[in-house]
Amino acid sequence: MSATTTLNRLSNGSFALVKEVMAEGLTRRRLLDLGLVPGTKVEVIRRSPAGDPIAFNIRGAVIALRRDVAGQVLVSPWK
Amino acid sequence: MQKSLAPLLEDAQEIVGLRQNQLQDNIVASIYSTAEQIAGEVVSHTSPKRRDLDRQIDNILTSPIWGFPIMFGVLAVVFWVTIVGANIPSSLLATELFWIEARLTDLFMALNAPGWLHGFLVLGVYRSLAWVVSVMLPPMAIFFPLFTLLEDLGYLPRVAFNLDRFFKKAGAHGKQALTMSMGFGCNAAGIIACRIIESPRERLIATLTNNFVPCNGRFPTLIALVSIFIAGSVSLSLSSIVATLAVAGLVVFGIAVTLAISWLLSITILRGEPSSFTLELPPYRRPLVGQVLVRSVLDRTIFVLRRAVIIAAPAGGLIWILANATVDGASLLSTLAGWLDTPARFMGLDGFILLAFILGLPANEIVLPILIMSYVCGGAMTELASLADLRHLLVEQHGWTWLTALCTMIFSLCHWPCGTTLFTIQREQRSRRWTLLAALIPTAVGVVVCIFINNLVRLLDLV
Repeated sequence: MSATTTLNRLSNGSFALVKEVMAEGLTRRRLLDLGLVPGTKVEVIRRSPAGDPIAFNIRGAVIALRRDVAGQVLVSPWK
Repeated sequence: MQKSLAPLLEDAQEIVGLRQNQLQDNIVASIYSTAEQIAGEVVSHTSPKRRDLDRQIDNILTSPIWGFPIMFGVLAVVFWVTIVGANIPSSLLATELFWIEARLTDLFMALNAPGWLHGFLVLGVYRSLAWVVSVMLPPMAIFFPLFTLLEDLGYLPRVAFNLDRFFKKAGAHGKQALTMSMGFGCNAAGIIACRIIESPRERLIATLTNNFVPCNGRFPTLIALVSIFIAGSVSLSLSSIVATLAVAGLVVFGIAVTLAISWLLSITILRGEPSSFTLELPPYRRPLVGQVLVRSVLDRTIFVLRRAVIIAAPAGGLIWILANATVDGASLLSTLAGWLDTPARFMGLDGFILLAFILGLPANEIVLPILIMSYVCGGAMTELASLADLRHLLVEQHGWTWLTALCTMIFSLCHWPCGTTLFTIQREQRSRRWTLLAALIPTAVGVVVCIFINNLVRLLDLV
């Protein structure tokens, strides 16, 4: 059930729970400030026409993250 | 107090050590859980309809098929409305302001004022003021409200979302697309807009390269030269299309240079500067049209008038003096141009053109008027009655070829930013180093590209 993956691997329309933010420094601070703390439910909304960045629904706000940044957020898929 | 705190913090750091992240995480997590709890008690959510509508709009505006065409279409409409819409108020303003100039001249005559006083104040100071106001005010007062409306709607972040991939490849931020678009209106405004980029590295990149998009002060020069040298050579029915395409080509060249320089900066002097990317796509809103129009038109009017009074007017006076003070029978202006002639010719320009760019430092919109003034030796900035007159002056009397025009346009696109923009960069970055680089980088690009094109074309015997 709680297989771990990263945010960038989820397909559009799926949900996941944040497990851990792996990023460091400025990026880590920004991700935490957005509310990506462990336990937060995130919805994958859409990908940009060029495939990157990816838009997520984080606590009611639509936030776009680049693939490499989203790849640093460990999540478990939520059904 | 501070003194005793520092060692304590050091101790704390040592104890916490690697677990510092854990501490930060815990703080943020507890802030969010408290906020969640409070929000759960007091915030009630409206129906999900609103959100679904936003998503449906996004389905179209950021769709793989429609996203890009809609974006370019919107940009094209904004430019078209600005250029076409500015024509009428621009010529009205020019008529009015030059009517006032004639009355001022009458007044000076009636008062029997000395010629140099009339020349300095009316032909120098007043005329450049009138010029800047009539050329700059209408496009600015149209472009910026349109842009503010798009911003108010919530469309601009979607543009950044669509384009980020390309900017990422150049080491830059998707929002740079927006600061560049602002730059089309005014580079100083583009520099201020760089505040929306939260990552320091990408903000610097956007700041240092903003000048590669031609602002409202440079567009008229580009359009005039394109109309004379490129569109003039095809039939009348095609000429406006060809002129539009040529200007669009120049803009594309500017964008290509922007991306190339952004990439170079990101792997050289800005390597290692901290960087991050997050972009919020806020809900769409119905814009407050009336409020936007009034505020933004007023803002722009005040901006242009201030600029005209503080910068263009004194510059106009100075240029009048240079054009009219003579040493050994030659005006200072032509003496200076003579000194610059050799390096300028190597770049495909001539001494007068390079001097006009240098004297145009206060404001790009006075470059062409200065050039015309120094060519006709009338001693004051003049607007020629028609493009045909301008063509005659440049081609027949001063030996311009299409190559001269091309190099002039490229140098207009790539040279130091105007005084206001440099001042703004200094104020935003608070660093002489970055301000200096913001002037040096585009100048170096312009010099290199002009020298390259000029010598290549001559080598191939194309002129």
